[in-house]
Amino acid sequence: MPSRTQLLDDRAIARALARMASEIVERARGTEQLVIVGVQRRGVELAARLKRLIDDAERSGVAFGKLDITLYRDDLQAIGPRPRVGVTELPDLDGRTVVIVDDVLYTGRTIRAALDECADFGRPRRILLCVLIDRGGRELPIQADIVGTTISTAPGDRVDVLVRELDGRDAVEVARDG
Amino acid sequence: MADVPALGKDLTALEHLTAGQLRLILDTAEPFKEVSERQIKKVPALRGRTIVNLFFEASTRTRISFEFAEKRLSADTVSIASSGSSVSKGETLVDTARNLEAMRIDMVVIRHHASGSAEFLGNRIRSNVINAGDGKHEHPTQGLLDILTLRDKFGRIEGLKVAICGDVLHSRVARSNIWGLTKLGAEVAVCGPASLLPRNVEELGVTVIPRIEDAIAWADALNVLRLQLERMQSGFIPSLREYNRVFGLTVDRLERAPKDLVIMHPGPMNRGVEIDSGVADGPHSVILPQVTNGVAVRMAVLYLLAGGSPDWSQQGGGEA
Amino acid sequence: MRPLLLKGGRVIDPSRNADDVADVLLEDGRIAAVGRNVGTPDGAEVLDVQGRVVAPGLVDVHVHLREPGQEDLETIATGSASAVAGGFTSICAMPNTDPVCDNQGVVGFVIAQAQRAAKARVYPIGAVTLGQKGQQLAEFGELVGAGAVAVSDDGKPVATAHMMRTALEYAKTFGIPVADHCEDMSLAAGGAMHEGIVSTRMGLKGIPAAAEEVMVARDILLAELTGGHVHLCHMSTRGSVELIRRAKERGIRVTAEACPHHFSLTHEACVGYNTNAKMNPPLREAEDVDAIREGLKDGTIDCVATDHAPHHYDAKEREFDDAPNGIIGLETALGLSITELVGRGLLTLPQLLYRMSTAPARIFNLPAGTLATGAPADLVVIDPGVKWTVQPETFLSKSRNTPFAGRELTGRAELTIVRGQVAFRRTP
Repeated sequence: MPSRTQLLDDRAIARALARMASEIVERARGTEQLVIVGVQRRGVELAARLKRLIDDAERSGVAFGKLDITLYRDDLQAIGPRPRVGVTELPDLDGRTVVIVDDVLYTGRTIRAALDECADFGRPRRILLCVLIDRGGRELPIQADIVGTTISTAPGDRVDVLVRELDGRDAVEVARDG
Repeated sequence: MADVPALGKDLTALEHLTAGQLRLILDTAEPFKEVSERQIKKVPALRGRTIVNLFFEASTRTRISFEFAEKRLSADTVSIASSGSSVSKGETLVDTARNLEAMRIDMVVIRHHASGSAEFLGNRIRSNVINAGDGKHEHPTQGLLDILTLRDKFGRIEGLKVAICGDVLHSRVARSNIWGLTKLGAEVAVCGPASLLPRNVEELGVTVIPRIEDAIAWADALNVLRLQLERMQSGFIPSLREYNRVFGLTVDRLERAPKDLVIMHPGPMNRGVEIDSGVADGPHSVILPQVTNGVAVRMAVLYLLAGGSPDWSQQGGGEA
Repeated sequence: MRPLLLKGGRVIDPSRNADDVADVLLEDGRIAAVGRNVGTPDGAEVLDVQGRVVAPGLVDVHVHLREPGQEDLETIATGSASAVAGGFTSICAMPNTDPVCDNQGVVGFVIAQAQRAAKARVYPIGAVTLGQKGQQLAEFGELVGAGAVAVSDDGKPVATAHMMRTALEYAKTFGIPVADHCEDMSLAAGGAMHEGIVSTRMGLKGIPAAAEEVMVARDILLAELTGGHVHLCHMSTRGSVELIRRAKERGIRVTAEACPHHFSLTHEACVGYNTNAKMNPPLREAEDVDAIREGLKDGTIDCVATDHAPHHYDAKEREFDDAPNGIIGLETALGLSITELVGRGLLTLPQLLYRMSTAPARIFNLPAGTLATGAPADLVVIDPGVKWTVQPETFLSKSRNTPFAGRELTGRAELTIVRGQVAFRRTP
């Protein structure tokens, strides 16, 4: 029987995001050339919160974008017959520091697709990766620069990030096949 | 979306799709509109897929639209334009089909003068088959882009009053529109000379409006069909002049419309016959947005069917 | 030739309204006796046909044998073999061969080939016009002299009213009917199926019922004008049936045939672009099917004919518009007729057998359709209740173009006797 454990509650997530926000500004050396890009779907919600945190702290108006990577996936067959393609909206990326934000980093394929897609929109000076949860299990040489929490998981586990805007509450949970 | 049945291997007709499937295609077209607005109008979604555009009937517009759709999805595409019936060319459609399959083509887009030819091909090869117009039967992607354009303009299809005007009898665009619109809840009427309307067209769920002035007074949108000159030669109507005088969409007639009518046309237009330039180039016309939507709709169709493309690495087994 | 005794069957002779359990004795190629306890002559072969129906061999007045000219589709040998497998002992061969059967040479050839095959009897139908071109009358006298039993331009209608009138008048001299394929070409041109809601949905040009009815009306009026005998081929619409009914009430010499597919299938069979449902005249609407059945019941339609039209697999394996018209029918006719007409209680078996043997024989003046003493020993032994599945690959015809593959039917011929000898015996 599958078991569900809560890794982070809403306050733990808020603390992590606050720390990540200031790390982003530090690594990007300021906010002028910064673009925060969220990966659909939950990455977008997290990216929006990070932008708000940064804008409040730095009194800035950081550039923001959304990226849907469905059309850049390397596994068309696995999508199934009824794929949902979300919205992609990106500002100009040329010469900017792009921070890609996603909820969970696992195999790295989603980020690889996101990198390909960004390349079609311009040539950033630098791209950083920011994730709430790094669960290991990489299949490609991809690393996160700013991480909320690192955990180790087994292949059969599922890591779910729930966000208020979509799921009604904030939490990070792991479902294990018991 | 879980209850929407999968689209299957081929798209040959809108007649057999459910409302849910129609909406899936329309919704999937939205992100593809955005791709066409980018500087780099390409996504790798169909990278490495081989697509053949088999056009037995001359058509620049539809063929190019499909070619762009395919290239913007990063597919490898080949277009074959050949005129004349397959019989006179010597190679039958069956043999053409088998040759394509032997070359491991993933998808075929076919336009052919015989009704049923897309289904004929789809039943004989494992590749996905997309109907780009088969005889007088259907032109599914045209129907879909027309509906998408209406949805863009009105925000909905249900309850919309759409009049299809012209040679409905010989029109595959009309048939696809009728199926798609009625399934999504629009009210559909057909308007044209009785000799160019199928005798039992009401059984398809549409009303007949004999005069264009009444269609203009009733409709939210008009889809004006191209009148082919052969119709005059085969005796269906006496002359193009009379057609324009009695049934043509002129600026005068449009001015008497009680609402802001949306004007559509599948193209290419016979200016001065079924539609006057003042209307075609006027503010009510969405003819150019139709063309833009055409590429997005075709990308959506190719993308959705490709999820079920044949797996050539499986010998003999490969069920789409 | 040994005498043949068929013992204990249900003997139905529609020509004499007879329907009893009896024995039938065949000697020297003729019916020697029919009755109970006929007695077994020395050396006679005895066949026990208890539980079976013994009837005059079936007669099909509308068959395309394709020879001379298209022997890859069918030959007189394979066609006449297919006929006896279907229970037919006499068939009429339509003249749209290559060369056209418009002279005594072709008539003689057809008869000679049929005799060589020694299966069903084949009676050639000559052309109405030379080459079936509709311009000049063929020499009816020569054709009849060589063995033709009727004239027809089937495949096409007799082109003009004037030509039809002349043909009807001239045919009176020889006592033969003019069999017409009723189709107004200007209304039907380019049509691939019945003009109706299905053709609209499928985007195919349709052939309206009026295309047939316009010619039926023409032919009836010309028969009335001339006093000649017109036989209307493959009737398919309720309008045609109504026209014929009223013509017969007025005493006009019109006879008519209908094909099993026109009382078994509707235009819905074309859905999916099934070219095996494509024929001319096309499959029509349910109301037309009902009218054809009713017409066979009340005699407005005199007989069942198959319009057996073999086509090559490759020819039918193409786009619907380009596929040729026609389906084979000799080996499914009896089963379809019993299933659709007798099985639905519209006709009794004797009434059906009248329509399939006695009536067509009378119309075309053929020595067939009767078990009277002295008549030719052409019979069919039928199992009227057996259920079987149509498997075209087992047919004796060279061609396989039928829409009934896989269909379960009731009733078929088990044994067919021509000239007193077994021409077909069904092996289980």
